[in-house]
Amino acid sequence: MDTLALDLARFQFAFTVSFHIIFPSFTIGLASYLAVLEGLWLKTNDDKYIQIYKYWLKIFSVTFGMGVVSGIVLSYQFGTNWSVFSDKTGPILGPLMGYEILTAFFLEAGFLGVMLFGMKKVGRKLHFSATCVVAFGTFLSAFWILSVNSWMQTPAGYSINEAGQFIPEDWLAIVFNPSFPYRLVHMLLASYLTTAFVVAAVAGYHLIKANHNPLAKTMFSMALWMIVIVAPLQIIVGDFHGLNTMQHQPAKIAAMEGHYDSHDGAPLILFGIPDDQAKEMKYQVAIPKLGSLILTHELNGRVQGLDAFPEADHPPVSIVFWSFRVMVGIGFGMLMIGLVSLWLRKKGKLYQTPLFHKACVLFGPAGFVALISGWITTEVGRQPFTVYGLLRTADSASPIDAVAITWSLTAFVVVYLCVFGAGFFYIIRLMQKSPTRYEQALEARLPDGAEVPPASHPNRLP
Amino acid sequence: MDYALIWYGLIGFAVLIYVVLDGFDLGIGILFPKATNEAERDLMMNSIAPVWDGNETWLVLGGGGLFAVFPLAYSIVMPALYAPLIIMLLGLVLRGVSFEYRFRTKRGKFVWSIAFFAGSIAAAATQGIMLGAMLQGIEVDARSYAGGWFDWFTPFTLFCGFATICAYALLGACWLVIKLPQELADRYYDVAKHWGIALVLCIVVVSAWLPLTHEIISQRWFNLPNSMLYFMVPALAVICIWQLFKSLNNHQAVRAYLFGIGLFIVSALGFSVSTFPYIVPFAVTYADAAAPDSSLKFLLTGTVFLLPMVIAYSGYAYWVFRGKLKHDEGYH
Repeated sequence: MDTLALDLARFQFAFTVSFHIIFPSFTIGLASYLAVLEGLWLKTNDDKYIQIYKYWLKIFSVTFGMGVVSGIVLSYQFGTNWSVFSDKTGPILGPLMGYEILTAFFLEAGFLGVMLFGMKKVGRKLHFSATCVVAFGTFLSAFWILSVNSWMQTPAGYSINEAGQFIPEDWLAIVFNPSFPYRLVHMLLASYLTTAFVVAAVAGYHLIKANHNPLAKTMFSMALWMIVIVAPLQIIVGDFHGLNTMQHQPAKIAAMEGHYDSHDGAPLILFGIPDDQAKEMKYQVAIPKLGSLILTHELNGRVQGLDAFPEADHPPVSIVFWSFRVMVGIGFGMLMIGLVSLWLRKKGKLYQTPLFHKACVLFGPAGFVALISGWITTEVGRQPFTVYGLLRTADSASPIDAVAITWSLTAFVVVYLCVFGAGFFYIIRLMQKSPTRYEQALEARLPDGAEVPPASHPNRLP
Repeated sequence: MDYALIWYGLIGFAVLIYVVLDGFDLGIGILFPKATNEAERDLMMNSIAPVWDGNETWLVLGGGGLFAVFPLAYSIVMPALYAPLIIMLLGLVLRGVSFEYRFRTKRGKFVWSIAFFAGSIAAAATQGIMLGAMLQGIEVDARSYAGGWFDWFTPFTLFCGFATICAYALLGACWLVIKLPQELADRYYDVAKHWGIALVLCIVVVSAWLPLTHEIISQRWFNLPNSMLYFMVPALAVICIWQLFKSLNNHQAVRAYLFGIGLFIVSALGFSVSTFPYIVPFAVTYADAAAPDSSLKFLLTGTVFLLPMVIAYSGYAYWVFRGKLKHDEGYH
């Protein structure tokens, strides 16, 4: 297969998988949020919780639908784009994905219908169970698929047969491979953060319009508590994940840090322009010794640069270097938002500070950007391999012509931009609607027994 | 124990369940233009809205299962069916998002009605085409696909595509008779009959076409006395067709629906006796394509418990939303 076809196949896969990851990363967090809201409603009987639930349920169902259809595409693209990879890794990765389908996908799909349409039919308690089951399903799905991804990064528990296939030897070692626990926690926290920032942005937007809106206040407060707790936690988990990567994929760390050369007492490069040809970092701004301190916890610790690895095994530095910085930068921005919210809360001005609300609106999409940057860092950083150190990307591809891939790539780009563009538009429109006390309750009557006011009611938004 | 054979059966089961369930689901998309107005289309869509996602998960299980237990077959078939597969996926994307989008806009509603129809018909047609392409055989060299990019594009496969559209529309019409409010439902008995007649003609043509052009298949079917058992298949098909039309004439919707499904099962039986033991016809057998026993056993252990659970709670979801639709149903 020629390099053009390979590049096109890679780009197509990167395109469809990046689009897909947006939706589950939001639904994992949102499903848990919905479960918490409905639980609070059942516990306190305060109808504001079910109204917030109802508000986000619509957004959830649009997002979930987009996640399902973009996910079906992926389950077949392993075969269409990476048939050699599929043949070789199928015996190991296939059963893990089989378990994802059997434990997670069916669970989500089976109870989503009840969650969306079934309140009147099954009653409150069973409906709450359905919400919890869907939330649990999103977690299980993340569990299995991250195990699959982690095995590709840090393969374990396998042997190789005469046909070149990876053969399972120890399933426990395969599922709980060395990078899996770190990646799973890092990704789950990222989903919670992403969702919290979306909720904070929507609530902030409605607080700017009317800072007494009770539902917006509750959402805003809940989201910011989440951010205060999770943002610092995520930075710590990210650091552990990085140390784990240094142990198993040191070349990736070298690219993330921008170290072409090995150092004793390496600097921390804040910014610079990586030049892969000349193998040097141009115009770099660096803090001496800090790189070694962070990575080895010693001032003069040895940090490997890319020169420690054969050139054929180098990942492209500039993409990894920059995407890593975007992720970390946003992470610290998120931490700041959390700290400022604590300070405002202490002063009692959390709902009366439009400037802060605007900052939250600005940070609404930040979770998605950070999440995709993080995935780019880890996926580009493990190049040129699909199974790290064992199977090269160039040896994984399907025997498909560049022409055929060009056509399908064009079709994917056109359809995805139209379809998901429209979905994005509908979601934004749902978010622009103010959450009101008259958000139509799941029952025909409001929880206090009153009739739902007619559509023309001044407080009821269409 | 022959784990590979068990898995051959389980994957076949998953695909059959998919075809039966998403069959009526896609069929409703195919019948969308038949509705008299958008309100009727709302009802048609709401009759499947709570279950379509679960139905399509069986397709993911078919693909994912193939990857897991027959990775060689997966890696040959996917490139071989590249173009129809991509079209099917895009079709499923279009119709899948329409479930939500149609209720999110007034101005653009018709766009998503069209997308739902076009996506459904594209998915149905390409599924039939892929089935036909499997039946006519796939060229393999060593461990990869060796045929051309348009091997799947023949008069035979296109005809199979059309047959699948008819089959799905028939199931869709039966489902609508069951679910729609009485005054709207009766009309679909005739719709079901028309598509049923078309399907019967298609089945006859395919059954004649295949053995006439493919020696490997005619040898199997007309090799007396071994093939006596094979003649069970057309005999069962005749019974199903007879009962299907009888039920439609007597306005027994559920019965008609079940015999429609019976016809699907018989066709699946015909497909497997024509191709067994090949999983990539007529090049790679299920045993050659199978992953090592350790993989098959690992996944089977869980599947033994999980699959009955999946069937049970999927059945529960159908049970919750049983009965005829009321006009104001749906959460939208």
